[in-house]
Amino acid sequence: MRLQDLLLFSLKTLTSHPVRSLLIMLAMALGVAAVIILTALGDGARQYVVNAFSSIGTNLIIVLPGRAETAGSFPGAVMGQTPRDLTLEDAHWVGRLPQIRRYAPLNVGVAELSAAGKLREVTLMGTTAEIFPIRHMQLAQGKFLAHTGENSAQIVLGARIAQEFFPDGNAVGQRMRLSDRRFLVTGVMAMQGESMGFNSDELVIIPIQHAQTLLNTTSLFRLLVETRHHDEIESTREAIRQTLIRRHDGEDDVTVIAHDAVLATFDRILRALTLGVAGITVISLAVAGILVMNVMLVSVSQRTAEIGLLKAIGTPAVIIRHIFLAEAIWLSLTGALAGFILGQAGSWILRLVYPVLPAWTPLWANFAGIAVAVLTGVLAGLLPAIRAARLDPVKALGKR
Amino acid sequence: MIQLSDISRIFHMGDQAVRALDHIDLTIDSGEYVSIMGPSGSGKSTLLNVIGLLDRPDSGQYLLDGRDVTALTETEQAQVRREKIGFVFQSFHLIPRLTAAENIELPLILTGFPPAERKARIAETLQAFNLTDRAQHRPAELSGGQRQRVAIARATILHPTALLADEPTGNLDHRIGSEVVALLETLNQAGTTLIVVTHDRELGSRARRHIAMRDGRIEADER
Ligand SMILES: Nc1ncnc2c1ncn2[C@@H]1O[C@H](COP(=O)(O)OP(=O)(O)O)[C@@H](O)[C@H]1O
Ligand SMILES: [Mg+2]
Repeated sequence: MRLQDLLLFSLKTLTSHPVRSLLIMLAMALGVAAVIILTALGDGARQYVVNAFSSIGTNLIIVLPGRAETAGSFPGAVMGQTPRDLTLEDAHWVGRLPQIRRYAPLNVGVAELSAAGKLREVTLMGTTAEIFPIRHMQLAQGKFLAHTGENSAQIVLGARIAQEFFPDGNAVGQRMRLSDRRFLVTGVMAMQGESMGFNSDELVIIPIQHAQTLLNTTSLFRLLVETRHHDEIESTREAIRQTLIRRHDGEDDVTVIAHDAVLATFDRILRALTLGVAGITVISLAVAGILVMNVMLVSVSQRTAEIGLLKAIGTPAVIIRHIFLAEAIWLSLTGALAGFILGQAGSWILRLVYPVLPAWTPLWANFAGIAVAVLTGVLAGLLPAIRAARLDPVKALGKR
Repeated sequence: MIQLSDISRIFHMGDQAVRALDHIDLTIDSGEYVSIMGPSGSGKSTLLNVIGLLDRPDSGQYLLDGRDVTALTETEQAQVRREKIGFVFQSFHLIPRLTAAENIELPLILTGFPPAERKARIAETLQAFNLTDRAQHRPAELSGGQRQRVAIARATILHPTALLADEPTGNLDHRIGSEVVALLETLNQAGTTLIVVTHDRELGSRARRHIAMRDGRIEADER
């Protein structure tokens, strides 16, 4: 039997039961569509996080005091020592490394901000002017720590804070009180919204020395370092660590993280999540497969006499198996293709509704959805096909 | 040539054994016209099924055109059926979702004939069986006689050497049945061996050789 005749013959059989065939196709289609839409969602989330991280800068290295990942095994801990501070002096030494383009020490705290009869609590960030290029932040008005020394009492307001205190937009040049200290507003940040759980619109920035005095600390919260070249991140990370070990009398008591590594971890986690979601939806394809098997078994028992006839006119068992397998393949293949189209349309709608989410189905998921659907179809068709081919022709012909 | 020697077919119903064929010896030459008659349950259908390789005897030897076909594999038997045997049944056994032409085409499709040749053969066959104007009808839209003509056309489109008809007129009235038998007879006159199982004495008597069966045995064999 020629392949095209086989396919045509089975197609004719299916179209003679249109409702039944369409329902099975629908079950297959929904399974495939679910795989495609849900993996689009998962991968969209991954892309979103990756993009958010990348917008902060991929040449970024973060230094924090203490050994975060092995806090319990800090060698001094048994002696009753606490890890050494990460000081501004340390930051300057790190900043002298040739691989480093710029760096920004960071202290973060909460204080009361007051001016013009208003008062509220704000998050304050003590740092240097370099924070702006490093974190890709923009000033809408004014400057920060330009021309004057690092120690002058300047304050830059987040866009929302500026709006709250000076709704007329004349914040620059105003005097404000942060805790019990007086500052001169020299700049207002551009509205940026939230990025990585950090809202620069609700923030004030002051010089690092003022922040340390105000917060009464000598240890930095973080030190952000930007390398000159992306491919030097690992060697720079090691150089920073060595510098700080030397400065800390041989004690390895800081954590140096490449921002890339954090990104990679998120990337891995979300990829695994997408894969997991795909795995779960594939189960719905197995259910569709069982439906196909059920329908095919019913079909075999309804068409027993026909199978007997096919045998009587000399159809070998192989071809009878092929006829029934072809029907199962038709059902699952057309169902899978319909599901593919449905799924693509679904993820297109997702992208329309949530433009920030790049909800594109990964290529592997498209293939996996269709392949698993067809495979389950074939497997589901196998048992009915074998059963049909094994029928005893005389008994089959006797069935009415 | 069909040569059966000492053929038995035994069915087991619970602990009871039914000898549907009981040590049958029978030789039918090419081109013969044989009728098989006998009461219900006497083994006529079983004999036809064994001759047509649809059923295997439990013992005995069957030579078809000199070749021992009892020991063939299922696939080999299917090929022999396709090449040498045509079956005609009481209940026609047409596929309801296919048109008359498609039902007739079935053996050609299964054998892998290219479409152009199929088309020519079907047109020719429809013509020969006077079914041209019924080609696109489905079995449900055909009369009994037309259905049986479609079934005979299907059975003969690959030019079998033997045509085995199991009560081909059983579902037809006498006049139509007589026409169907006449059609089978023309095929026999063209050289095909014709074996007809029938209950109808008059139709049976038209054969040139009459076999009577009872309890799985050949009771009489007259020419
Ligand atoms: N598949 C079967 N299982 C059990 N008994 C059968 C089977 N087929 C036929 N028989 C028995 O074999 C005998 C002959 O049957 P059959 O050849 O159909 O007779 P006929 O066609 O002459 O009416 C009957 O007794 C019938 O009951
Ligand atoms: Mg019978």
